[in-house]
Amino acid sequence: MIEIKNLHKSYKMGSNSLHVLKGIDFSVKEGELVAIMGSSGSGKSTLLNILGMLDEADSGTYNLDNVPIKNLNETKAANYRNKFLGFVFQSFNLINYKSALENVALPLYYQKVNRKKRLQKSLDYLEQVGLKEWANHLPNELSGGQKQRVAIARAMAAEPKVLLADEPTGALDSKTSYEVMDLIQQINDKGNTILIVTHEPDIAQMCKRIVHLRDGVIEKDEMVEQVRASQYV
Amino acid sequence: MFNRDRWREILEVLTTNWFRTLLTAFGVFWGIFILILLLAVGKGLETGVKLDFGNSATNTVVVWTQTVSKPYKGLPKGRRYNFKIDDVESIRENVDHLRFISPRNQLGGFRGTDNVVRGINTGAFNVYGDYPEIIQQDPMNITAGRFLNYSDINEKRKVAVIGEGVRATLYDKTEDPIGTFIKIRGVSFMVVGTYDKEFGGGDQEEEENEIYVPFSAFSQAFNMGDNVGWMSITANDGYSISDIKESIFGILKQNHKIHPDDVRAVGHFDRYAEYSRVERLFTALNLIAYFVGILVLLSGVIGVSNIMLIVVKERTKEIGIRRALGEKPWSIRIQILMESVFLTIISGMCGIILSTLLIYVINYILEANGPVDLFSNPNINIGVVIIALTILIVSGLLAGLIPAQNAIRVRPVEAIRTD
Repeated sequence: MIEIKNLHKSYKMGSNSLHVLKGIDFSVKEGELVAIMGSSGSGKSTLLNILGMLDEADSGTYNLDNVPIKNLNETKAANYRNKFLGFVFQSFNLINYKSALENVALPLYYQKVNRKKRLQKSLDYLEQVGLKEWANHLPNELSGGQKQRVAIARAMAAEPKVLLADEPTGALDSKTSYEVMDLIQQINDKGNTILIVTHEPDIAQMCKRIVHLRDGVIEKDEMVEQVRASQYV
Repeated sequence: MFNRDRWREILEVLTTNWFRTLLTAFGVFWGIFILILLLAVGKGLETGVKLDFGNSATNTVVVWTQTVSKPYKGLPKGRRYNFKIDDVESIRENVDHLRFISPRNQLGGFRGTDNVVRGINTGAFNVYGDYPEIIQQDPMNITAGRFLNYSDINEKRKVAVIGEGVRATLYDKTEDPIGTFIKIRGVSFMVVGTYDKEFGGGDQEEEENEIYVPFSAFSQAFNMGDNVGWMSITANDGYSISDIKESIFGILKQNHKIHPDDVRAVGHFDRYAEYSRVERLFTALNLIAYFVGILVLLSGVIGVSNIMLIVVKERTKEIGIRRALGEKPWSIRIQILMESVFLTIISGMCGIILSTLLIYVINYILEANGPVDLFSNPNINIGVVIIALTILIVSGLLAGLIPAQNAIRVRPVEAIRTD
């Protein structure tokens, strides 16, 4: 599903440049649940941004579902993001003045799905994350866990190939974190490919594979025994 | 592009901060308000001033004789001369594109003594010896009877057409003047018609205190011989009398042995030049109105642009999220542009509506209080409204351009960064 080879990325900080990714080789198969771990500054968010086409690598190749991702202009990138990727962020990033339902419907709107179909589908996804009754609430009327579940529903609404989650539990207490992880595991069980960036070991243990990043290189790439989050909920 | 979600979003964004939106809208509102008002007032002045010309033929030059200022062919300077009735024919033969040549003679004048008598009533009036064409050069409404005709000229009938002012002085209210006789300088004329003039500014009363008699009868009755006091000459439509008048003067100078370079011998008043000067004045006034109005509008537009910049800044993160979710840059650009155009058009429309209302009120007051000299019926036509709307749309687009560009310049990864 995801194949990257010899990926480099550096940022210019004034006169000196900061080499963040120093040749990453990495591939993900369909249906995997991968945690990317590493201390801050290890380049894990940068990697995720490149995978999410929010940022571009300096060199190296990136294939997503056998489509080479290179030389993207903004319109094309937007198109790919919309078709291939779903995003979940640490700070939820819901749009404040839109209801939960409308937030979930956004990616479908960009796909030009008609309004009625769009809202119906969004409601289905909200139901799957258990927030059907909250469909018409604004984000500031929801708790952190609820917000993140809306965000996950939004990410899934466009039926992406890959779900990318940047510290999805970073702003949540541990109980809510496990609830969210339970949801993510359920989504993974249906065969969706998911990548999670995290620095919490217990969250990482709930994935099927952990990739350790350190100073811009992959230090360790291991398969792990998945801990089901449902037992903590 | 114009779907429901788009509109909902525009409304949501603009209504989040009502006070700010109102203040911004006021700038544009004020600009268009001033623009429309200036144009309407300019139009009112123009209508008022043009009323002063009445509906008289403006493509007309009036010529009269003055003293000769250069010796020529053995004749001295300082000489006086008279136009003769033959001059009319020679102008007609030698100058093309002329519509009317009306030779005229006059009795009485400004503060003249009583010259007209009927029974025990007397009055001082201007009495003109005229040809029938004069009614087309200097229009009047025949209120009773008829105007002069060529039978009157040919048969030298002593008939007269009198103004309503004359009638009011010489007759009782209930009397019918048609068929009665009045004595002009001791010569009896039969009244065959009465006239009044449309509102023509301050001279209206004066112009209704006039008597028209046939040119031929006038010459005979008052010993004018074949002299002509002055002439009103009108050119055909499509030809400017200002271009033709010099050749007319040439013929007159030739006929009266005047030096061709003598500019003082033939006096004239070029109504067309006067009229086109007024036209130019109002064109200039219109331009100034547009200039000032658009400048005021511009400051409003800059205000909109400013607010849109702030809105974009405030929504940087949101725009980043939306781009991460796959919204295309064009869609975002259009969104910002539409917000800006929408705000400008709505506030502009308010400006147009309010200024139109104000103009309506002004018109109402003008109408209620009777005519005001040099100002009448200020108005704007649909053309001006369309121009104003076009200006609004264009300026709304301009105002949104930089903010829209700003909105898509921020990379999504920077926009959603949490710090």
